[in-house]
Amino acid sequence: MKNKIGWLLVHLELILVALFVILPIIWIVMSSLNTGNGLASASFIPKDLTIEHYKRLFTDSNYGNWFFNSFLIAALNAVISVMLIMLTAWVMSRFRFKGRKAGLMSILLLSMFPTFLSMTAIYTLFWNFGLLNKPAALVLIYAAGAIPYNVWLVKGYLDGIPQEIDEAAYIDGSSYLTTFAKIVLPLSRPIVTYCAVSQFMMPWMDYILPNMLLSSDENRTIAVGLYNMISGKENSNFTMFAAGAVLIAVPITILFLFFQKYLVQGIAAGANKG
Amino acid sequence: MGVNMKNKHRMVLFSALLWGSGQFFIAKQRRKGRLFFLTQVLMVGIELLTGYWPNYFAGQIRNFSLRLHGGFFTRGLWGLITLGRVEGIKGDHSTILLINGIIALLGLAAFSALYVLNITDACKQGALLDCPDNRRIEKSNKLPGKKKIFPYLVLTPAAVIITLIVLMPIIFSVVIAFTNYDSNHLPPAHLVDWVGIENFMKLVSIPIWSKTFIKVLIWTVIWSAAATFSTYFMGLLQALMLNSRHVKHKSIFQSIYILPWAIPGMISLLVFKNLLNGQFGPVNQFLLDAKILSERIPFLTDPVTAKISILAVNLWLGFPAFMVMLLGVLSNQEESLYEAAKIDGAGKFQVFFRIKLPLLMYATAPLIIMNLANNFNNFGAIYFLTGGGPVNPDLQFAGDTDILISWIYKLTLDQRMFSMAAVMNILIFLFIAVISVWNFSRTNAFKEM
Repeated sequence: MKNKIGWLLVHLELILVALFVILPIIWIVMSSLNTGNGLASASFIPKDLTIEHYKRLFTDSNYGNWFFNSFLIAALNAVISVMLIMLTAWVMSRFRFKGRKAGLMSILLLSMFPTFLSMTAIYTLFWNFGLLNKPAALVLIYAAGAIPYNVWLVKGYLDGIPQEIDEAAYIDGSSYLTTFAKIVLPLSRPIVTYCAVSQFMMPWMDYILPNMLLSSDENRTIAVGLYNMISGKENSNFTMFAAGAVLIAVPITILFLFFQKYLVQGIAAGANKG
Repeated sequence: MGVNMKNKHRMVLFSALLWGSGQFFIAKQRRKGRLFFLTQVLMVGIELLTGYWPNYFAGQIRNFSLRLHGGFFTRGLWGLITLGRVEGIKGDHSTILLINGIIALLGLAAFSALYVLNITDACKQGALLDCPDNRRIEKSNKLPGKKKIFPYLVLTPAAVIITLIVLMPIIFSVVIAFTNYDSNHLPPAHLVDWVGIENFMKLVSIPIWSKTFIKVLIWTVIWSAAATFSTYFMGLLQALMLNSRHVKHKSIFQSIYILPWAIPGMISLLVFKNLLNGQFGPVNQFLLDAKILSERIPFLTDPVTAKISILAVNLWLGFPAFMVMLLGVLSNQEESLYEAAKIDGAGKFQVFFRIKLPLLMYATAPLIIMNLANNFNNFGAIYFLTGGGPVNPDLQFAGDTDILISWIYKLTLDQRMFSMAAVMNILIFLFIAVISVWNFSRTNAFKEM
């Protein structure tokens, strides 16, 4: 009897939390399939289902452009960041040279300063160099901002790989860069995956910088586009926003779930490194 | 004292005037000497080619001024010191001058470092030549030349991009706090000036500034603590529930619970903003239809309710991450410890609160601290839900739910009070840096560096 009550209570709690988690998700999916435009008309159980709003995204808004811009930024950022991070962390982990400690300490201090606090400076800098309203230029900021924190993270990982392995390669006549590409990189696949995936996912939903640096609608990223679509226009654009939100949330969610293991490991390692 | 110092002195003198010449002519280190010399050529070349120095020396310019005719470095320093002299659209642009000035200063700092390296190296090599037994040392010194320079070559791209995109903007944001850059001094039409610590004095002496700052700071701290610990304990509860011996289909529930973590946060926040909309939101509509309420609740527009709503939404967003982390920690814990306590007569609750919970908290302390720091600057949770609102007229451009970072955002973008925003920036940075350094100095990564 006591067992049954326990079973009931535990499952009651689990189901209540599951509802708390899942109801908002169902609501937004349903809203995107609803007829009508406004928030007030979006009902939980729509009378008629329609995919009209998904079509409208591509005809009435620049959703396709936004998606392309975000994808371009994300992909470039993943490649460039990983290259810079891995090379820097590898040198910091394997070589002893003058200024190494000072360099490590300075990037540690820099990683504590949130990038977007310096938005005024970045705006002026971009203006100065004619980079405003160019989506790809954002990669510069993301890659630079990613270096300090991730170099520490990756350095910690590389320190755990025995140095004897690379030394054996040097004895066999392999050069520095070949050793890095053929031995160090493959051995650090989990951390490379973490950096690549997290750097790929981050720009999709960053709002402040693209909002400031990209002014024309077709050059916007998906986060800024969606925000502008809905803010203050709940009554005319809500269902279209819902469609846009679902359309971008689905691939990112799948990507997250697919790489979940690496992301969890990376976050745990990051917390332990300070 | 018997040892001849001639070479050392000559080399330092040579290299001080013409970089690398001591190494090149006296120590016969051709490659190194050439590299130092090229650095000097580069520095002087940049200055000469970006300015009008040749014309000046040829006597073609009568009224020479750094403002019009200086090169990259001299004009940059002039701009940094004066922030421009000529007002108007066609005049000087103070913030551009400031940025170029900082870049020039950083460039000069790098060149000075190389110059110092050039001198100390000349000093060292000269001393080696003076030493009677120099040949052997010279030979053994020759080998690792290529090896020594390799790390610097690999680090250069990262160093340059960090200096320009991370370090330079930070310096800019710090020094802006000592200027009067705001909506009344907006370049290019107007000039910006250095004002010393006037802005910091404002924060202390003008009541509305200090009042707003303290009120926003208090809510920021409460928010970070409440947001972190509510998600932590909700995550813990769900982790324990999933691990309960009653649960057979753990993975089904787990994959549902993980969704809020996987869905992009900004999308979720915007969805909740509409869900909780005071006028048309479906939550209010549902409660009205079900006759639970007689009037709509202003979820996001009443000072107190808005704070509760934000925390509730954050709970939805944040608990899955802690749940997953804690499930990992729980699976690594040894049951034998609890068994021992049970044998000693400890009750279920005693075992949990006295042994299990402290151990879990200890194991996850770094995650908790990282989460606190993230929430301290959690712009999205505030801005996308309430926009910092409801607006509070007693505060200086801040709403009731504004945290420091969203307040700074408003000061910058809406009010264009760049200098005051910079003052807040510095304060936040100090606050975070002190905590992070303290936290980091206790970790192994620091000791093993």
